[in-house]
Amino acid sequence: MRRALHVRFTDLVKNKFLYLLVLPGLIYFLLFSYLPMAGIVIAFKEYRMDLGIFGSPFNGLNNFKFLTVDTLSVLRVVFNTLFLNVLFIGIGTALAVMTAVLINEIRLVWFKKISQSLVILPNFISWVIVAVFAYNFLNTDFGIVNNWLKNLGLEGVSWYNQAGYWPAILVLLYSWKSVGFNSIIYLAAITGIDQEQYESAALDGANKFRQIWHITIPGISKTIIILLLLAIGRIFYGDFGMIYGLVGDNSLLFSTTDVIDTYVFRALRTLNDVGMSSAIGLLQSVIGFLFVYTANAVVRKYDKDAALF
Amino acid sequence: MKTKSASDKIISAFAYIYMILFVIVAIIPFMTIISTSITDEQYIRANGFDIFPHEVTWAAYKYVLGRGSTILDAYQVTTFVTVVGTLFSMLITTMMAFALSRKEWKMAVPISFLVYFTMLFNGGLVPWYIITTKYLGLHDSLLALIIPYTINAFNLLVLRSFISGIDNSIFEAAKIDGANEFQLLFRIALPLALPGLATICLFYAISYWNDWWLGLMLINERELYPLQLLIRAITSNISYATSSGANSSIAAASIPEEGVKMATTVLTIGPIILLYPFLQHYFVKGLTIGSVKG
Repeated sequence: MRRALHVRFTDLVKNKFLYLLVLPGLIYFLLFSYLPMAGIVIAFKEYRMDLGIFGSPFNGLNNFKFLTVDTLSVLRVVFNTLFLNVLFIGIGTALAVMTAVLINEIRLVWFKKISQSLVILPNFISWVIVAVFAYNFLNTDFGIVNNWLKNLGLEGVSWYNQAGYWPAILVLLYSWKSVGFNSIIYLAAITGIDQEQYESAALDGANKFRQIWHITIPGISKTIIILLLLAIGRIFYGDFGMIYGLVGDNSLLFSTTDVIDTYVFRALRTLNDVGMSSAIGLLQSVIGFLFVYTANAVVRKYDKDAALF
Repeated sequence: MKTKSASDKIISAFAYIYMILFVIVAIIPFMTIISTSITDEQYIRANGFDIFPHEVTWAAYKYVLGRGSTILDAYQVTTFVTVVGTLFSMLITTMMAFALSRKEWKMAVPISFLVYFTMLFNGGLVPWYIITTKYLGLHDSLLALIIPYTINAFNLLVLRSFISGIDNSIFEAAKIDGANEFQLLFRIALPLALPGLATICLFYAISYWNDWWLGLMLINERELYPLQLLIRAITSNISYATSSGANSSIAAASIPEEGVKMATTVLTIGPIILLYPFLQHYFVKGLTIGSVKG
């Protein structure tokens, strides 16, 4: 024990510059990541402003009572989170892979470069701005989509109070924003495929389509599976920026768009219900961790280098 | 060379058509807001939004940039946060990434795990919010828009692996020549990691420029609203007149409401669009290094 301490101490002296370098970062993670982790106990306490997180009295499982009272709305929020994420992951991945495969078929270098950088551009725009774009297209009176519908002799749609359309709208906007960017990873994986495979396939008379199907897709399947697993690991986390940016406080759309993260946010900021919002937040953190951990364990079995830890 | 078969030509043609359509879909929303921002308000009210401009006018921009406008305040806030935040984040992140990349340092492994773990588990919104606002007092200040974003764990790990990629024999040789860790960092690691640093720097700058979450959580005073949050306020607030103090004397009827929303949006994404052609190379490269294990 004393020896271990002594080793620690000599290391501290020997590498004092390195310790100094990590110190600010360590303090940051301590304050903004690890202190909130300890603060999770608030879910089992009756929060009092004057006593703070650690001084407030425990109240057992009182904060979790809403689960039995408000079961339906909790289930709805959990369902929306999972359902939307499944749509995003499934459709987003399929489109990104398809885009990467097609970009790889383009031989004109200037065309490839310019088109690629233009389809990546939406990724660098915030969801608040995307919400303005959506407003341009979906506004009931001036929106472009309703203009088109009217030109076709059809009735305009009040998009902002028809919850049924929104899963599709969200998938569309998600794909618009992320597909180009995500395709880069797959394109990088495609570039890593051994070119000799294509040459020998071409000699055997395989056409492009067969080459894509039998060489390109299997060649990037590992990347696809790893990214799918990592995304599934995060399936209990809704994209707060996306949903709140696009839907905001429009309660008419909550039935199909409200996810765990927006629900917690409202419980905290609008209802000021620290107990309830921390209780559901705790459940999300624990279930989310189990998913991330499991997904990562599977990834590690599959490819040790691709795992997060 | 062998001539291409018919099916090969179809795939090749499909690839070009697909990318052309994708580019159009990617660009149209940008064209629409730019067009709407310079279209006469009366025309919009009569005919709705369009992809192309009609009856071009700069009225919306004059209004947005006019005296006492809120957008100029927000521009200052966002510019300050982006510049100072990016520099601060880069400093702290680079310091930590360098130290954690030192292979001989035993503590690098456990400390790296502490960083990894924050990507797997977090305390959730409520404890974070209480600790940030109540314990650390970060609210309604410019610091509140910077400090909580000091380090992005993913950026840190990408940078660490980038620095780890530098040939260790260079460090060893420098050490034999008597260089200390300080010199290793500034003379060797930083210059050699420059492409990685540039990419991470851009990622930080973009995330500060685009952020509205910290503003939403921590800022109540309107003078401290960053641009993105101002856009949200303007677009979700039907009457801009009531929200922009100094201009409120102007009759609401004369305000090009829709044009103002779009002009504000154009001004917000303007810097990104203008700089994008010069910087997109780094984004593409950054994602490729990011896809390698962190």
